[in-house]
Amino acid sequence: MTAITLNVIVQGVLTGLVYGLMALGLSVIFGVMRVVNFAHGELTVVAMYAAFLLFEMLHLEPLIALLPIAAAFFGIGYLLQRTLISPFIGRAEHEQFILLVGLATVIVNGVLLIFGPDARPINLPYSFDSYAIGPLFIDKVRVLAAVAALAVAAALFLFFRYTRTGTAIRACADNLTGAAVVGLNVKQLYAVTFGLGLACVGAAGSLMATIADASPGLSQAYTLLAFTIVIIGGLGSMMGALVGGILIGVSEALAGFYIQPSMKSMFSFALLIIVLVLRPQGLMGRRL
Amino acid sequence: MTNIWYHTNWRGKAICLLLLLAFVAAPIVADRYLLSVLILVFYFAYLGHAWNLLMGFAGQLSLGHALYLGLGAYTATALWTLFGVGPWIGVFIAIPVAAAAGMLVGWLGWRFAIEGVYFALLTIAFAEFTRIGFDHLGITGASAGLFLSVSSEGADKWWNLGGGPLLYYYISLILAVAATVLVAGLRQSSLGYRWLAVREDPEAAQAVGINIFRARMIAMLISSSMTAVGGVFYGFYYRNLFPSQVFDIGRSIELILAPIIGGLGTIFGPVVGAIILTPLGEGLTGLMQSLGINAPGAKLIFYGIMLMIIISLRPDGVWPWLARQMGLNGSRK
Repeated sequence: MTAITLNVIVQGVLTGLVYGLMALGLSVIFGVMRVVNFAHGELTVVAMYAAFLLFEMLHLEPLIALLPIAAAFFGIGYLLQRTLISPFIGRAEHEQFILLVGLATVIVNGVLLIFGPDARPINLPYSFDSYAIGPLFIDKVRVLAAVAALAVAAALFLFFRYTRTGTAIRACADNLTGAAVVGLNVKQLYAVTFGLGLACVGAAGSLMATIADASPGLSQAYTLLAFTIVIIGGLGSMMGALVGGILIGVSEALAGFYIQPSMKSMFSFALLIIVLVLRPQGLMGRRL
Repeated sequence: MTNIWYHTNWRGKAICLLLLLAFVAAPIVADRYLLSVLILVFYFAYLGHAWNLLMGFAGQLSLGHALYLGLGAYTATALWTLFGVGPWIGVFIAIPVAAAAGMLVGWLGWRFAIEGVYFALLTIAFAEFTRIGFDHLGITGASAGLFLSVSSEGADKWWNLGGGPLLYYYISLILAVAATVLVAGLRQSSLGYRWLAVREDPEAAQAVGINIFRARMIAMLISSSMTAVGGVFYGFYYRNLFPSQVFDIGRSIELILAPIIGGLGTIFGPVVGAIILTPLGEGLTGLMQSLGINAPGAKLIFYGIMLMIIISLRPDGVWPWLARQMGLNGSRK
């Protein structure tokens, strides 16, 4: 393998981890509530704009802005679930779909109305720095973004594994009736879950803002990207989301470099079709 | 159809006939703008019927119907611009092309037991894959688009599907009416009942000897073929095609809104949905213009809010409720 290919792959892995964090939010929401969040990319773009605004107005670095943005998104998610989405739990898929498509339309056009169609870059002082390790040149922003993405994902893993609330949410996912029977407040837990899913989105969006320029046009592409990743990794599997993210990140980077940047997502979709046919539960999914 | 017609009360029959008469006679009083709105109403009613066959009757959620729309549009327009084959012949090539794609998606999905959300994502993946493919397909102009000449020999003649708004008006009206009649007929056929059985309970349907796979494949065959015809109309009506527009997931979504808002699995749902949604969007554009507001996203924001309200209040669609309100026994349809 040549040094260039290795460089491309490493970049892909790092970008893929940020993708993975975004997809993790989708996976958590679907895994627990069986609600398919079709407004996922739109919300990611909102987080990117939030990071952009905080940087422009308060000179807050996206890596730090990540915390308040993720917290705010937790709140947004909690309220969204409590008000808008809760009545749709357990209803037909197409009904949830229409609701969230409506929400996505409102969000993306709201962003368009406020910020206009132009891309908004964040120019960090170290935007063009890179680390040289042997033959590898790695962008500093991508390394920082990937490390932060891993940290957020790890925090979420630990939360689900070791806290009482996390365990309770897992119980809801495993057996809803059972969870309700033992007295868990399912509505509350669902709202927390949606909040956590959106906190991932908030964090991922802040990180994404450092490696891509925020623009309303990205929303739908990100929604599809998140879905592709989650299906490849396995809907509802947290580890799967990260693995899927890395896989898609690498495939996009390789296709973008060796074939054509505009064709990169074609390979992601081809990968998605192959996985759906050969292993519909995803690479790390437990069951369908 | 005869059956449903027979069971409709006189009010239902009267409303149906009056509406049809009004649409046939509309060009006498309507101006170009109103005609263009009505063309869109019929176009979305027609495509809504096509999609509703698969989702409303056979119970399979496709979010990638833009694939068949785009393949139909591209096949017919490319045949015309590149080889001079007129659309009335081209449509018979466009149909098998789109149907083959539909069969492939259906076969992959249902042979490997991919259902629900997963099937929907498979359909999106195929549509997106094809969109990017066409973005790089030189022969049809790649991402720069494919344009139909308006000045070439015979381009404005009806046999080449060119001409004034009246032509498109009546073609779209005929398409919408024909689709309604076809769907009503299918609904009453043994195939229609098999679809409903498969939709309601696949296992039970299989137990009574229905071949689920075959029933779904037939639904996909008819649905994708009908959508391809809509695509041919789209191509020759707009006279320009861009992969990023015709294969876009936005196309897939806009064509499923009318049947969902109108009422899934009903015969008049797609029509009612199209009659509600299209003027709503157009009316908003007009309102914004007359108020002098230049806000590109505002119309869609309102549209999105309307969607959320309708799906929250009338999840079964507007038509079943409307039919009850109007005292039509068509509510069971």
